[in-house]
Amino acid sequence: MQVPAPFEYERATSVDQAIGLLERLGSSARLVAGGHSLLPMMKLRLANFEYLIDINPLHSELGYIRLGDDEVRIGAMTRHRELLESEILADVFPIFRDAEKVIADPIVRNRGTLGGSLCQADPSEDLSAVCTTLDASCVIRGTAGERVVTMEEFHVGPYETAVQDNEILTEIRIPRKNFRAGSAYAKVERRAGDWAVVSAGAAVWLDDGRIVDARVGLAAVGPNTTGIPEISAALRGNEPSEDLFQLAGAIAARSCDPSTDTRGSADYKRHLADELTRRTLRTAVERARS
Amino acid sequence: MQVTMTVNGTEYTREIEGRMLLVHFLRDVLSLTGTHWGCDTSNCGVCVVWLDGEPVKSCTVLAAMAGGHEVRTVEGLANGAELDPIQEGFRQCHGLQCGFCTPGMLMTCRALLDKNPDPTEGEIREAISGQICRCTGYSSIIRSVRWAAVHESDAKEAEVAQA
Repeated sequence: MQVPAPFEYERATSVDQAIGLLERLGSSARLVAGGHSLLPMMKLRLANFEYLIDINPLHSELGYIRLGDDEVRIGAMTRHRELLESEILADVFPIFRDAEKVIADPIVRNRGTLGGSLCQADPSEDLSAVCTTLDASCVIRGTAGERVVTMEEFHVGPYETAVQDNEILTEIRIPRKNFRAGSAYAKVERRAGDWAVVSAGAAVWLDDGRIVDARVGLAAVGPNTTGIPEISAALRGNEPSEDLFQLAGAIAARSCDPSTDTRGSADYKRHLADELTRRTLRTAVERARS
Repeated sequence: MQVTMTVNGTEYTREIEGRMLLVHFLRDVLSLTGTHWGCDTSNCGVCVVWLDGEPVKSCTVLAAMAGGHEVRTVEGLANGAELDPIQEGFRQCHGLQCGFCTPGMLMTCRALLDKNPDPTEGEIREAISGQICRCTGYSSIIRSVRWAAVHESDAKEAEVAQA
């Protein structure tokens, strides 16, 4: 039987009360949202805490998708199923629905949250790649107030984030640009619901048929999800074409740093980084045009 | 710590450890052994129960998290001696052999039919994609769900005709 080591269970009643608890309990405490990443790690005793603070009651406060003119704000407690089913999100950033269809399984998606996924900071995690692709920023709250960090700043290393012991991730903000936008996500996995062998996200913004901006984010090919600025630089100002996608794929393959493991060889993963970058860019451009 | 939750309509209050998982609370504390305990890693889905009407994997939910909430298990499906149509479907169409995955399958498929009374084969496969059956090859499970969908809609039509 796998059970976590003993801990005291605390239940959050508001974001501020949760921060107060964290302030008092320090590194001996951890927040738990959906629990589908943290509880398995606690069962394996890879993670042990004296206190576990259940923030599921904060879903009413932190579970939302708000569409603004210049950005979309998503609460950290928004569950995978809500991201998958959101028509607003599918309309503005279809990359979310692409990704959510291949994250875990429908039952796990009923519990898992956006904030929990990002805070686990697994290098293969799909929503981190989506947020990297979309140049999202993360709102982190503590007793001193809020601070906003980029995805690059948020992920400090594998399983490590910028969120301090007495802080909580409350919201993700995704900028909208005043151009025709398209985005897409693709993942190769060994079986339904598994972690990615490699996955890629792409977002493009078109004006007058030309690429104003483009971003690619990769998962499972390095210590954290990887944004590749060189691809953006290569695509900007050009008209979309197969040659251009091929160039982007080649940059992706040589810019990433995969390792050989049970999911595949480093060479195979580089091949996937190339292929999935081309596929997602193609789909993103089609969507931006339609 | 003390936890109070409603399981299949009955309220229970028990003293538990904070680390107790919902699956063990149901099986070992309440003796509701219909919910099975399998892989322990939220992969196999034999432990699926409903939490506030939504299927969850109870090996990856703390009993404490269910405090103040409503849980429904496979024991809560039948109405006395009368099987739920999804149970009857599994019986009619050989939706099980060894029966180990069945409680989780039933809870997930019941939730599917409540949301989508006429699911396609693809939708059924997607719904049970987080669950493993090593006996049936899934085809007879899909037939079972379709049986329940058809018979529920027939029953509803008969009700409407009578009224």
